[in-house]
Amino acid sequence: MSKLWDRWGKPLVFVALALPLLWLLWQWGLLFVGKPGALGANPIEATNRFLGDTALRVLLLTLAVTPFRDITGWIKITKLRRMIGLFTFFYVALHLTSYFGMDLWFSLSALLKDIAKRTYITLGMIAFGLLIPLALTSTNGMIRRLGPKRWRRLHMLVYPIAMLGVLHHFLMIKGNQPAPWVHFAILAVLLGWRIVKWYQRNKASGKA
Amino acid sequence: MLIRRPKSWELKENQTTPEKLYMNRRQIIAGLGLASGAVTSCAQATTKPDIPGRKLDFSSSKYKIDEPSTPYDLVTSYNNFYEFGTDKSDPAKYAHTLITDPWSIEVEGHAAKTGTFALEDIIRPEEQEERIYRLRCVEAWSMVIPWVGVPLHKVLARFEPTSKAKYVQFVTKFEPKQMRGTRWPALDWPYLEGLRMDEAMNELPLLATGLYGHEIPKQNGAPLRLVVPWKYGFKSIKSIVKIRFVEEEPKTSWKKSAPREYGFYSNVNPLIDHPRWSQASERVLGGAAGFNSVFSRRPTDMFNGYGDAVASLYAGMDLKRDY
Repeated sequence: MSKLWDRWGKPLVFVALALPLLWLLWQWGLLFVGKPGALGANPIEATNRFLGDTALRVLLLTLAVTPFRDITGWIKITKLRRMIGLFTFFYVALHLTSYFGMDLWFSLSALLKDIAKRTYITLGMIAFGLLIPLALTSTNGMIRRLGPKRWRRLHMLVYPIAMLGVLHHFLMIKGNQPAPWVHFAILAVLLGWRIVKWYQRNKASGKA
Repeated sequence: MLIRRPKSWELKENQTTPEKLYMNRRQIIAGLGLASGAVTSCAQATTKPDIPGRKLDFSSSKYKIDEPSTPYDLVTSYNNFYEFGTDKSDPAKYAHTLITDPWSIEVEGHAAKTGTFALEDIIRPEEQEERIYRLRCVEAWSMVIPWVGVPLHKVLARFEPTSKAKYVQFVTKFEPKQMRGTRWPALDWPYLEGLRMDEAMNELPLLATGLYGHEIPKQNGAPLRLVVPWKYGFKSIKSIVKIRFVEEEPKTSWKKSAPREYGFYSNVNPLIDHPRWSQASERVLGGAAGFNSVFSRRPTDMFNGYGDAVASLYAGMDLKRDY
């Protein structure tokens, strides 16, 4: 079992994380040949939303790796965290590209205007900007160069990024919709768990 | 002597499709499909739906846009009807639980004839006409929809509103057992909308009972919904159970939910942006068949192109303030 996982675990998770994109491409293929698909009457909006939802969910998945490891004691899962994190960056970049390309027709001035004027887009762009250094420093070479301590501190940025992502979702919808609340609840559990752990560790080291 | 000047949004006599051609449109399109394999897929998109629901009797009218109507499939599968869920595909999935027969409407307030009326007593089939209007959603997309219905002013006049009736409020049905979306507070239920009396008595608003010549589907607001073509789509309230003649500006749901973003008037206006997106242009949903329609946009018209009929209602008003 363990050997099987060592051999196939990573490629399997890779394929699973690529599935949303493959599904989306399939739906656009259906649209192109004029067959009814799942993208509905407004495929551009559906694409933007789907990529945004996927990005946020993969980000929450990234944040779930450590609690999952600590609870199950299954250390090997940590080896997948970098890949899941890079998939987050990948889907956020696709989300931004689909909005920039299909909504704004790659007009840089329209993008700058949106960033300046619309809070949810400002927050989304900040989150994307903060993700770039994390993606760039994801190689072993960069970890070595930065040293594990500084690297870890830098990658704490993922917490504000996740909060910005959820806030971005809250601020873009109309009315009071359930989806951002679900993301908020999951994020609250994942961050709350870290706070509890940090608090317990501090108390333990304080006694010692 | 009466000189009738056709308004800009009226269809010229020579632009209308001859009835014979219109009645045979499906065969014609199907023929095109046979002739060329390339358009078969498009032809299927427009001819495939055997439109469900009872066929309605109606007369044609001058209120027509000379543009292809949005395919029936899209009009009935992409809906904002939060009473059935906040996703656009939810209403088509869940609205079947709504009981629309029997249906009655309460009429209250400043009018001579108030009380509870059965739908059949409010809508006279012989008054039904088809009107093809552009529907401009506040989310910056639009559809062209062939409605069937009765002009609102004809219906309202029958209740004999008094001089104290300055506004009219409409209320959507609120029945959590039949409307699963209302179990979540997406908005403060029931859904409320309203018009100023002179807006309501204008020639354009329609109380729609049908779509594409057939009974209106539940996801589109069966059995009776309002269509106010020069205002953003959310003003066109669905599944109406109450009409109230009032003296003060009535509460409306979206204004209650986000007053900075949605005003009482909510006239389509390309110059006034929604705080979170531009209203200068709109995506045309499935307007022209084919893949390219996915990317088609048009500039948004002031009053959605109905200014000739309604601009005078707002003379002297600051539309920036009264948005």
